[in-house]
Amino acid sequence: MTELARQFRDFFVSLKLTVVLLVLSMILIFAATIDQVNLGIWAVQEKYFRTFFVLWHAGDVPVPVFPGGYFIGGLLLINLVAAHLYRFKRSWRKAGIELTHAGLILLLLGELFTGLWQEDFSMRLEQGKPKNYSESFRANELAIVDTTDPKEDAVVAIPEKLLASGEPVQHPQLPFRVVAKSFAPNSTFQLADRETSSTGAMLPAIDDGRRLDFVSAPVTYKQDERNIPYAQVELIGAEGSLGSWIVAAHPALVPFRFEHAGRTYTIALRFERAYKPFTLTLLKFSHDRYAGTEIPKNFSSNIRLQTPDGTEDREVLIYMNNPLRYAGLTFYQASFEPDNPNVTILQVVRNPSWLIPYIACSMMTLGLLVQFGIHLFGFIGKRRAVRPSLA
Amino acid sequence: MKKLVPLLALVLAVGFVASTLRPPKNPAAFDVVGFSKLPVLVNGRLKPLDTVARSSLLQLQGRQRVEHADGRTLLPIEWLIDVVFRSEVADGYRTFEIVHPDVLALFALKAEDGEGEKRFSLQQLQPKIAELQRQAQLAQPVEAAVRTPFQRAVIQLYGNLVHYQRLRHAFVSPTRQDFLGELLKFQDNVSAGVAAVRAKMANQPHDEALVKTMTELGNDFVVMAESTTFLTIPPDANETDPTAWKAAGAALLETFRTGRVNASALAYAGFAHAWRNNQPEQFNKLIELFRTDLDKRFAPQLEKVSAETRFNAAQPFYTSMTLYGVAFFVAIFSWLVWPQALGQSAFRWVAIAWVVATAGIAARMWLEGRPPVTNLYSSALFVGWGAVGLCLILEYIFRNAIGSVAASAIGFSTLLIAHHLSLSGDTLEMMRAVLDSNFWLATHVIVVTAGYSATFLAGFLAIIYIVRGAFTRSLDKATADALARMVYGIVCFATLFSFVGTILGGIWADQSWGRFWGWDPKENGALLIVVWNAIILHARWGGMIKQRGLMNLALFGNIVTSWSWFGTNMLGVGLHSYGFTDAAFVVLSTFVASQLVLIGIGCIPLTWWRSFKDRSRIPAAPEHVEEEVAPASSR
Repeated sequence: MTELARQFRDFFVSLKLTVVLLVLSMILIFAATIDQVNLGIWAVQEKYFRTFFVLWHAGDVPVPVFPGGYFIGGLLLINLVAAHLYRFKRSWRKAGIELTHAGLILLLLGELFTGLWQEDFSMRLEQGKPKNYSESFRANELAIVDTTDPKEDAVVAIPEKLLASGEPVQHPQLPFRVVAKSFAPNSTFQLADRETSSTGAMLPAIDDGRRLDFVSAPVTYKQDERNIPYAQVELIGAEGSLGSWIVAAHPALVPFRFEHAGRTYTIALRFERAYKPFTLTLLKFSHDRYAGTEIPKNFSSNIRLQTPDGTEDREVLIYMNNPLRYAGLTFYQASFEPDNPNVTILQVVRNPSWLIPYIACSMMTLGLLVQFGIHLFGFIGKRRAVRPSLA
Repeated sequence: MKKLVPLLALVLAVGFVASTLRPPKNPAAFDVVGFSKLPVLVNGRLKPLDTVARSSLLQLQGRQRVEHADGRTLLPIEWLIDVVFRSEVADGYRTFEIVHPDVLALFALKAEDGEGEKRFSLQQLQPKIAELQRQAQLAQPVEAAVRTPFQRAVIQLYGNLVHYQRLRHAFVSPTRQDFLGELLKFQDNVSAGVAAVRAKMANQPHDEALVKTMTELGNDFVVMAESTTFLTIPPDANETDPTAWKAAGAALLETFRTGRVNASALAYAGFAHAWRNNQPEQFNKLIELFRTDLDKRFAPQLEKVSAETRFNAAQPFYTSMTLYGVAFFVAIFSWLVWPQALGQSAFRWVAIAWVVATAGIAARMWLEGRPPVTNLYSSALFVGWGAVGLCLILEYIFRNAIGSVAASAIGFSTLLIAHHLSLSGDTLEMMRAVLDSNFWLATHVIVVTAGYSATFLAGFLAIIYIVRGAFTRSLDKATADALARMVYGIVCFATLFSFVGTILGGIWADQSWGRFWGWDPKENGALLIVVWNAIILHARWGGMIKQRGLMNLALFGNIVTSWSWFGTNMLGVGLHSYGFTDAAFVVLSTFVASQLVLIGIGCIPLTWWRSFKDRSRIPAAPEHVEEEVAPASSR
């Protein structure tokens, strides 16, 4: 082995690197925790942990200022694996440390997989209304639905990212192009006394027919607020424009309806949906408080779970600390609407690697117990041996 | 003589503890102790009036003692009885704490006008209450985290006045001189009165005076019902829900429907009458009758309520705190003179203080039907309990009074912290739905809190090392080595517990919210403790730090732990943010600064340390670096 290669290896297996990385991870976690006051939990994860570098924006130029979670975690992983390959001699005395570190490797990988694969959706259920999809907490989509067939809708969903880019979208199922003339990631609205916007696009309406006009607003990072993006969308067919619409991801808006080439479509910007091969219906939502107070005692949702083929049709009760696990998804009691007792809000999570932390942690706990147990018994044994000589 | 000292210490301590266990006595002819055991449902929990009195006083003025104008000290329950039955007297007690100078200026008061230069009576505040209300309304819309100290002080004082109003309306109408007499008249006239009101509404001939009396009384009942959150009237006999207690005003309003005044509401009016007219025999007789009646229906609940009164009177945590305080000085002195005798005495005092604290925690668990840690207050109790428990083990093994010093200092400070946390109200709270899981409270919370205990203990042992080493000549090699071994062992323990506790928290989160890890501030805080302990162990195994480095790192652990414990709650984000106090921020910053100073002292070259001025005494490098992590290539 050349000197350079040896130095290279020694760097990656060294315990000093471990300590340095651990210190860096502490600084990263601390900074991220403080920054949650400004950014909220979700944005902080993206900025600090699910990234190789923490970036600061000097004007428009992103400058890496600190190693991110992937960087530190990745190096720690390499350091751990390398140390075990080169430095450790196998022996029973080290079984505890080996087990702890193997568990840690698994835990780091698990967190990586979770970051890559976990999906987190919300499901708002109204009493008695079956629902077969959940909605994203953050992402939105432009949905163009062909409703001509009364039995089945054909949905084309365009992610908001494509709208934001402004590029025309041509989907094979649609006989027209979709062009976003403008896009804003968040907006506020007010009642409008006219039918079209200042740019000539149709304004969207709520249930009672009143129309709303939108203006863009700064993006919010607050945990209990959601951005309402809006866009002006024009559809262009073979014979020119079919019209221009203002669409916004506000749940109270009614989708626009239009006809083209003998087919009926609706168009709306909405929370990104994930359709499920089953439906859930809220039978009853309960919210008890302690007597004489507003302190919540418990929340629970009694829900009917059905599959279209009829193989599943049962009632389930979801309450705090007791989710429903079904079809690779987990449904948790997440929230409710204070003004509407007939609504429950569930959180729907898909996390294929959910079992990894359990295994990893069992390994680490056992490893630490073994390791410190060896220390403790060694210490007690030594004291036993010393004591008689003192007496 | 010296041999007798530890025995004497033991007898003294046991005698002291026993003296606190005596049942409380009535200071005068009125059976106020009996009254203090009467139950009331507040914040979802059935508790004795004694608890209401004590926690109200702590909330209003930061202590339980009230001074009468004639210099006499009132029991908390005597104060409460005056508030609810004789408010014209109670309004003169100086029980509202105001320290912010601008708030004082708002009332045109000077600090000298207050008792202890900070406590004022309602009468003193009365002229400017409207202005306070206006200021509170201005401050209310501002988000809690960004309020100025003045706004916070205004809102706190306003909240305290609201609390006082709630108390005043809990049993009788505070505006009526002879509520009992009015109720008895009302009882006789109610059917005629209801008929008269109906007649008036139908525009038929009616007794106008009777209608007026009825309307006025009804209005007073409504005011009573709406001005209080204290549910003082037990459920009706045919009621199946045991938590269906009622506010006195609500129970009295039912009279219009039932035609009969609620017996319990009448009883409380009777208490008011006896108290106002100085008739102790009637008061005591009424307690006996009322209590017998309650016992028939609520015996099991009342057993707990009465036990809670005894628990309040015994004040085990204050007893424990006193013992820790004494033990601390005795243990310190044992390093100077009579190491054996004083060391043993200190050890015994610490042990007894710990037993008292254990009993206190156990009593709280029984009262609440919960595992020991349910809120920030009980976490302070438990952190201290765990650390002292570890110290007792250390002291049993090493017998050099280090364990006793650490135990008494940590025990005392955590109980002091707990005392300050208790100022926000009753510490036996109902659990919010999201935390309502005894299994996870008993596993995750206990283990993670034990991790806090151990990390603090390691840090505190490091303080002993640095202070003794730098400022005294008492840190010889044997003591230094013993301390190093203790710190190392405790750090191992801390790593294990904080790691397992954090992981259990992750599993709870996975079970409840669908994610194992969410980077929530409290989770991050716990993770930082784990990582820091891991850093200490790895740095030590890698030979990067020696004895002194170990101490400095362990000291920094104090900062990390205090931040996770309290700092994260001050951020006000995330699922765990259940405790927020402002003064706590100042205390936390001071603590962090003090630890940094100690670390600074720890970094001064050893030749300047008093214990090591003589170079030969400088402790050698640790006797063994853990061989299992020494690089194989270097062998």
